[in-house]
Formats: sequence, C-alpha cells, structure tokens
Amino acid sequence: MKVRSAIPLVSVALALAVLALAAAPPASAADAIDPAADARAFQKFFTTKFPKLKLEDFVNGPYSLNEDMHRQWVEKEEFPPYEFSLDMGKEMFAQPFKNGKSYADCFPNGGIGIRQNYPYFDDKEGKVVTLELALNRCRQANGEAPFSYVKDEMAALTAYMAFTSRGKPFDIKIPNDPRALEAYETGKQYFYTRRGQLNFSCASCHVQNPGERIRAEILAPALGILNAMPIYRSEWGSMGTISRRFTTCNVQTRGVPLDPQSDEYRDLEYYLSYVSNGLPISGPGARP
Amino acid sequence: MASTIRVRATATGDTTEVQALIQHPMDSGFVKDPQGQIIPPHFIQQLTFECNGKAVFVADWGTAVSKDPYVKFSFKGGNKGDDLKISWVDNKGASDTTTAKIS
Repeated sequence: MKVRSAIPLVSVALALAVLALAAAPPASAADAIDPAADARAFQKFFTTKFPKLKLEDFVNGPYSLNEDMHRQWVEKEEFPPYEFSLDMGKEMFAQPFKNGKSYADCFPNGGIGIRQNYPYFDDKEGKVVTLELALNRCRQANGEAPFSYVKDEMAALTAYMAFTSRGKPFDIKIPNDPRALEAYETGKQYFYTRRGQLNFSCASCHVQNPGERIRAEILAPALGILNAMPIYRSEWGSMGTISRRFTTCNVQTRGVPLDPQSDEYRDLEYYLSYVSNGLPISGPGARP
Repeated sequence: MASTIRVRATATGDTTEVQALIQHPMDSGFVKDPQGQIIPPHFIQQLTFECNGKAVFVADWGTAVSKDPYVKFSFKGGNKGDDLKISWVDNKGASDTTTAKIS
C-alpha cells in the first residue's frame, strides 16, 4: 500500500525531471525543483491516505486520526495545558526591553498575527529566517541576551505569537531566487534522508507511518505538523519549540542532533512549512 | 504575577463539575539538577476547594503528584454564581488562593 502510493510520486518526479531535462538540456538540476507541485503532491498523498479528514484537520496531528483521540483532544482543549506558557508569553511580549523598545518594534504588524509568514527567505542574508531566530535576533539587536531555542521563554513567546495568528493559513513564499530554491531543496533532502543508528528519516515516521503506533504513541502526519507549534507535550511535561521537536526527533532515531537553528534545520522548517501552505495555524498545541 | 491557579466550575443540574490546573514544580526531592545537586523537595501539601465557605474537596498531597497538577472532580450542590475558593499550601509554607464563580 505504502509502496504503491509512493510509485506515482516517484514517477511524477521522474517525469518532471525528464521534462525539465528535455526542455532545457544544458540547465542544471535546479530547474527540476518545483515546490508548488511538491506541495500539491504532498497534500494529496495525505488526503488520499486519510480520506475522512479535511485538510485543516491535519493541524491537530494524532488527535484527528481516530475517534477516541479526537474526544481526548476536545476535552484537552477545554482546559489546555499550554495556558500558563501562553500567559507568560503575552506578558513577556508586552514587556519593553531595557532600551525602551519591544518585540513589537522588530516585527511587521507589531508581531501580531504574523506567524503564518514564518519562516521566510531573507534575500539579504541569503538564508531562511525562522520565527525563533528572528525573536532572538530582535533581543540581541536590543542588547538583550538570547533565549534558549528549545523551551521556556522561547516557547512562551512563540506560543503567544502563534495564538494571535490562529486560523490564518500558512503562507510561506519561495521567491524566485536560486538560493531560496536551494534552501527548499536542502530542507527536502534533509526530510527524506535516513540517519541515526535506527536509520530513520523524518519521512519514515511522518510520511510512511502516520496513524500507526510507535510504542504507546500515535505518529503524527508531516502535513500540518508545524502549524500547531509550539506544543505542550505531556511526555516532556513542558512546552517545546520547533527546534526542540527537530532535535528530539534526531535523538530518538539515535542520531546526533544539530544545533538548534543551524542552516539545515532552518531549511527543513522552510520545506515543511511550505508543503503545509494553506493549512491554518493552530498553535500553541498540546500533544500526548 | 498571574495566579498559579486556573479553575473552571460549571453547574449542571444538582452537581457542579470543577476543573483546576495549578502551576507548581512539585519537586520530589529525588531528582538531581544538571550539576548533580539534589533538588530539594518542594510540593503542595494541602489543596482545598471551598464552596460558600464549606470545604467540598480537601486533598493531602505528597511528592508523588506530578508537576503542574490537574484536578477534576464534581460535587453535589453549588449553584451558578456561587463562590468557589481554591487554596494550596506547600511544604515551604508558600501558598496561593483564588476565587472563582461557578458558571
């Protein structure tokens, strides 16, 4: 079943590659990168795999995948465990820095309702800029010490920023810039490359096996997985950011995690966010 | 600083359902910090819910309760608009109290 559904994808990709090559023989492989087609194929793969789910249901991860989990989610959302963090984030966001400026000065629209635009490709730097990175840069530009990328304050701030953007569809743009396409492609490569002692890629769990159990837990589909970030995980007993999710995933496959916000992780976030374009932001979220 | 207690109480018929979330480290005294030093025990010893001045739920807690505990229970009586007072005292003598209206 899984193999069979992968075949059309592969053949589509091959066909595209062949077409691109046929059209412009001397061009480099970069011409074969077609993010829009990738995103369509990616979303189609998941909607075919889970025909009962609407596209926006994917943002609730494993909680959408069966009736029982869904009931748990409804109950959890009545009294969400991320509330304390969210309040802390709101307070921190409003608190000015020592120099009198605040987070609102660093972001478009005062930082409210903009989560869906991150990560974006910064053409001056030539790299992907994530929300977490932008927050720490904002702090450093104003003479404050940066926060840890993985939890606590960073999670609280991103929780608040995600909360103000709830319901807005992910709107990640890939400008017509070879460096942006390369960042996208690197992220995609990272996602599908096997690593670690267990030889798992991100896709092994989150594309091939969402909805299946891995011990007591149900694997979340990769589609919409970043929409709910940051998350309160009962397993962690605390909040975690996208950086935390990436590093722990790498550790769980017995790989060596990269540094949070290293180039590869930024590219990975770019890729994963882009293919979830159109799905609403639902963060902060809660996961088992 | 906001209250460490979140509470939601809803009356349906003659019972009132109460949910509460309390922010507390609930350190057991068996865990070490990254430097290898024992984190001293720090936990809620008594948790009380009072409805109109009458205790409806009293818990004597120890170290086995998780961090940021969540409590859910229901009791008979209690009407919409009644005051529900929640308080806790921990082993270091710290405490917090909040009052919510039953809705």
